Amino acid sequence: MSDVTKPMEQAAEDAVLSAPAIAARPPHAVSVSLTYAWRALLKIKHMPEQLFDVVVTPIMFTVMFTYLFGGALAGSTDAYLQFLLPGILVQTIVFTSVYTGFTLNTDISKGVFDRFRSLPVWSPGPIAGAMLADVFRFTASGVIVFIVGTLMGYRPEGGFIAVIPALLLMNAFAFGFGWIFTALALSVRTPSTVMTLAWLVLMPLTFASNIYVDPATMPGWLQAVVAVNPVSLLVTAIRDIMAGAPDLRAILLALLAPGVIAAIFGPITMWLYRKER
Amino acid sequence: MAAHAIETRALSRRFGETRAVDAIDLEVRRGEIFGVLGPNVAGKTTLVRMLATLLRPSGGSALVLGHDIEREAREVRRKISLTGQFASVDEDLTGYENLVLLARLAGLKGHEAKDRASGLLGAFDLADAAGRQAKDFSGGMRRKLDIAASLIRRPELLFLDEPTTGLDPRSRNQVWDIVRGLAASGTTILLTTQYLEEADQLAGEIAVVDHGRIIARGTSAELKAKVGGGVLQISLAGKDRREEASQLLSGMLSGEVRAGGNGVSLSVDVSDPDAGLAALSALSAAGIALSGYSLSQPSLDEVFFALTGRPPEPEDGLETAPAPEAAS
Repeated sequence: MSDVTKPMEQAAEDAVLSAPAIAARPPHAVSVSLTYAWRALLKIKHMPEQLFDVVVTPIMFTVMFTYLFGGALAGSTDAYLQFLLPGILVQTIVFTSVYTGFTLNTDISKGVFDRFRSLPVWSPGPIAGAMLADVFRFTASGVIVFIVGTLMGYRPEGGFIAVIPALLLMNAFAFGFGWIFTALALSVRTPSTVMTLAWLVLMPLTFASNIYVDPATMPGWLQAVVAVNPVSLLVTAIRDIMAGAPDLRAILLALLAPGVIAAIFGPITMWLYRKER
Repeated sequence: MAAHAIETRALSRRFGETRAVDAIDLEVRRGEIFGVLGPNVAGKTTLVRMLATLLRPSGGSALVLGHDIEREAREVRRKISLTGQFASVDEDLTGYENLVLLARLAGLKGHEAKDRASGLLGAFDLADAAGRQAKDFSGGMRRKLDIAASLIRRPELLFLDEPTTGLDPRSRNQVWDIVRGLAASGTTILLTTQYLEEADQLAGEIAVVDHGRIIARGTSAELKAKVGGGVLQISLAGKDRREEASQLLSGMLSGEVRAGGNGVSLSVDVSDPDAGLAALSALSAAGIALSGYSLSQPSLDEVFFALTGRPPEPEDGLETAPAPEAAS
């Protein structure tokens, strides 16, 4: 060891001594959440492919179902697309809601959360921020699928303006629904487990619904399942809105399940998050 | 102001049947670099995570900067910074974004946050990489970014959990310089390491931890003294007087004199450095010319072996980075 101070040694000392004075009061919950939301958006910016993942599947389904089965199911591909697209929008957003949980689990497994949790700020910030950023994610993926539908010939009877209330309702649904996946993310070990388990829930939820076909042709027991499936309830409400005839009762029914889910899984998520690992 | 930066009483943490940290009493003075030395799975990280309020103790208590880690966690968090064992930076964000994020969370607004981020990147020689995602950083750069992230505001106490594990020698030396600089600024540092060399180089006081317990503590010199003296090694100028030199050494020193295979070198354990010096003088007085000699203190590896009866390698065969070579 020499007595001569090395450049990096001096730089480190100066870095500490030059630290800006910071107000005694740390930033409040809203600004913490917005900062974490900014972080989540930066992640989308750096990895736009995480958005493509959730958008490509619905586009594929739209194209495939419309052109392969559309004629058989609804008499013409055009007529089927009119029926299918609102459902596909819902499917897109429900798929997207998995990603909050997925990214949360990735974060935790990488150790960056240790730093977040050692900060003197509002502790649910990272989760609140991720969910705020999801509003962007839901809207972006919804808009992309809607544009593809429009290019294929979809025309909402309620006019293009109907997309706005539809997106609002879907955001509200996904915001509540997503708590299942955040709770899941905090209970399992790896991000891929989150995905695997999420698909096990999502596949029956989206297929045993009224997204693809009119349930009238299904056996009675399945019709009963489809009728109470939260995804079906949302699709019904969205179809009404896109048709220019929003139905309050349908909207409230659509919000019932996500409301219950948020009320149950929200506190569970927070408890799991605060619980040490 | 509390007398100690860290003060623990029988601090313990169990995971199931495993006692990861087992009744540790620790006092760390303000302004010092305190080294916690031990192999993998010794409980070092568990100890740090408890002190940094990330993990609740299952027994005992601890004051960090005068605040109880359980009841006043928020106060503790306000005064500490943590650089975790696995670089706790966001790999998807750029170096610059990482620091701006933490600056904003620290309460800096707009330009203040950006200026602080740029300033730190410059100070740690990372300005060129500021726009690259942290996942493309080398191990050394990542560590520096990680430490920079801990210095957004001025911490009173900095936890560095194995700051050089897996780093190449050049990066390791840079991190050592940084740690010395931080200490010079008056920051108290608790450093954990598997590298005996690192504790020896940086820490004023060292606690040796094994199986969740402190098995020895003291300065590096005190720990070495516990194990006894070092080794005197000599190289003779010629082979002809080796026998004479060997007899002289064995007459003066208690240890067994070992002859090297090259015919000119001899080594012998010495109980204390003075005895070794006396033996060297005697060789000189007898007119036995030497081409070289060394009087080494025992390495901390030997200290560890003497304390635990086994070398400081992880038992479970976990792959670890090679121990750094001795600094010259």
